[in-house]
Amino acid sequence: MKPSGVPLVALVGNPNTGKTSLFNALTGQRAQVGNYPGITVDRREGRLLGDGPPVRILDVPGTLSLSARSPEEMIALEATLGLGGNERPDLVVLVADATRAVGTLYLPLQVRELSVPAVLALNLADEAGAAAPDPASAGAALGLPCVAVSARTGQGLPELVLALRAALAAPPPAPLAPAFPPEVVAAEDLVLPALPDDWRRGGPADRALARWALLSLDADDELRGVPPGLRAAVDAARAAAGVDLDLPIVRARYALLDAAAAGWAPPPPRTLTARVDAVLLHPVAGLAVFLAVMATVFQALFAWSDPLIGLIEDAVAAVGAAAAGALPPGLATDLLVEGLIGGVGNVVVFLPQIALLFTFIGLLEASGYMARAAWLMDRLMRAVGLNGRAFVPMLSGFACAVPAILATRTMERRRDRILTMMVIPLMTCSARLPVYTLIIGALFPPEALPPGLQGWPVQAGLMVAMYLFSVLMALAAAAVLGRTVLKGPKVPLLMELPPYRMPQLRSLAQLVRMRSAAFLREAGTVILAFTVLMWGLLTFPRLDPPAAGFANDGEVAAFEAARLEHSAAGRVGKAIEPVIRPLGFDWKIGVGLIGAFAAREVFISTMGLVYGIGEDVDEESPALRERMAAHVHADGRPVYTPLMGLSLLVFFALAAQCMSTLAVLKRETAGYGWPAFLFVWMTSLAWVSSFVLYQGGRLLGFG
Amino acid sequence: MPQPDPPARAPDPAAPAPGELDLDEAPLLLPCAVVSVGGARAFRRRLLELGVLPGVPIRKTRVAPLGDPLEIEVRGASLSLRRAEARCVRVRPAAAR
Repeated sequence: MKPSGVPLVALVGNPNTGKTSLFNALTGQRAQVGNYPGITVDRREGRLLGDGPPVRILDVPGTLSLSARSPEEMIALEATLGLGGNERPDLVVLVADATRAVGTLYLPLQVRELSVPAVLALNLADEAGAAAPDPASAGAALGLPCVAVSARTGQGLPELVLALRAALAAPPPAPLAPAFPPEVVAAEDLVLPALPDDWRRGGPADRALARWALLSLDADDELRGVPPGLRAAVDAARAAAGVDLDLPIVRARYALLDAAAAGWAPPPPRTLTARVDAVLLHPVAGLAVFLAVMATVFQALFAWSDPLIGLIEDAVAAVGAAAAGALPPGLATDLLVEGLIGGVGNVVVFLPQIALLFTFIGLLEASGYMARAAWLMDRLMRAVGLNGRAFVPMLSGFACAVPAILATRTMERRRDRILTMMVIPLMTCSARLPVYTLIIGALFPPEALPPGLQGWPVQAGLMVAMYLFSVLMALAAAAVLGRTVLKGPKVPLLMELPPYRMPQLRSLAQLVRMRSAAFLREAGTVILAFTVLMWGLLTFPRLDPPAAGFANDGEVAAFEAARLEHSAAGRVGKAIEPVIRPLGFDWKIGVGLIGAFAAREVFISTMGLVYGIGEDVDEESPALRERMAAHVHADGRPVYTPLMGLSLLVFFALAAQCMSTLAVLKRETAGYGWPAFLFVWMTSLAWVSSFVLYQGGRLLGFG
Repeated sequence: MPQPDPPARAPDPAAPAPGELDLDEAPLLLPCAVVSVGGARAFRRRLLELGVLPGVPIRKTRVAPLGDPLEIEVRGASLSLRRAEARCVRVRPAAAR
């Protein structure tokens, strides 16, 4: 019995069979979300609705087959059998698609061979209509109780619950397996003795596991924790067979299914989907619709989220001010207001964009359009070693890398995901905009342009150039990283284009809630910790205000500048001056760069502090622009030349200056390795690029 | 839509028979039947597990605007397949009936 004493039922099925809708219908969408052991794939568990003894329902990620090449693909097997730290389910509900039963019964048959207790649910019965197979016939083929259901309309759900409860009390079903040819059986015999002890179930289930190993294990798979003895036995068995075993194994399974399906109606033609695809996949109209959809997503992330972000920022500021007003001034109050309340603000401020992005992703996925978008863009993305599914996350990167990195969860393969995550932070995110505005505004004012450029929109042109630069760098980086660090076998784009379906609002709301909560829980804590750390760096060691107090605001600002210079961040800024000097930066910019690590836009308030104007400045502040433009080196040369401005722009475009990105990356890759790599490679790239630009420019006589 | 034939039991022919062609070259919408599936092992296994087996009806239904990938219809499902991958699937036009 389970530690909790409540039986566990796992839902297993192909993607696009409505498995998640079924999960929601059975549990009333109240799910506990966690992760499977060791990887970042959502594990959702809920309670079966209705009367009767409690039952827990587990939504196993959709998969085409139990065969696996990666840890992500292996979850289906582990969750079904309770391997690898997973809890062993008491029953499996196998979900198939009634509109194309044969193809979606392959996975259920594979599970059935493992002799686990199971019932079969033929979902989408409403969509299939008369073409749906008779449940009795489908159930007989697999030797299981079978119910036709529609998670959408609720049809058949009470019967499924009855069947499920009955199966929980019933003895396990009799073993069932297709008739495999002799070469397969002989290979199984060779693999059987090498099965690890904790995998063994006894009887036919062990043969099924031997077949799983024969089909899955390969020289270039990425599976972890497979005993070397099992690998060796599989190699030996395949060598001994001397012939291909994959085809006979798969063919025997389909022979059983095709024989059962001989009396079923053929899959119904997808009339509606074909009509919609005639437009949405059309060479001209399809691309136009695609651009319009992507422009909407971009606009939403960029503009629609703005009022909400403003509200959150105002609310955090108000809470901070209230706390500061209610408490005696001092270190503890500063920690609370600037560290903790500010840190919570730094986390919550991402929520509008995350919620919006996942609303769109949910709509695009559930409607079936996401696969089409990937299909349309695949040729383009493949040119740089990415796949079509990387498009939406990369586009989201223009708004903010944090939700964009979360959006890569729609990609199946770990290598593709990591490659996409490694280039997303290069996209011009919205936090770079105020910094660009400040630098361009301060260093390229229209009146200071050389005569030849007078009247030209140089500022706007520079802004556009920065966007193009980021796209080109991201694509180039993908091409380089994909051929070096993240080199991997070419992966086919074998993806289903599912029929168009109306997204369900309740599922969408649940997805958005789940993603937002996961972000708060997982990345939020790291961002909060980093914010407190940054506050500490900017605060300690402390410089006490003069006992005499301040005569005017100017003295306050001057003291704040001195205090910043005295702090650890100020010292680090000074200490790195020799390193950033060749880029044209002085220590004041160094302090700004340290501050910008909290978030790029913090550069502006840090510069406000450094230049003794106070931190309540924005990128449009004339005072800050004037101070920057007037700042000179010891020898009287201006610090801020146009060449240095370009160098600074390039540095901001390329450096990994965002702790939130690193925090979310640590969460998504389950380790510090990839965030450390990202930080080192982006910052090195930034340094080298700015160096080449600045020193090259000086050699050519600019600046 | 034609009824899926039971998978052929005959082993893959060593030499391509006349009339056979790679799926990427198949004329659009022409009903075909799979003759053999090749390619890298992981890719081939996945295709087989999707039910793309010798004897199964298959047809190319669409080409993406940029010339790649292709849309393939098999067993009531639409699959996206790149050209280079479709080249690994050998097909024969279904006998005109």
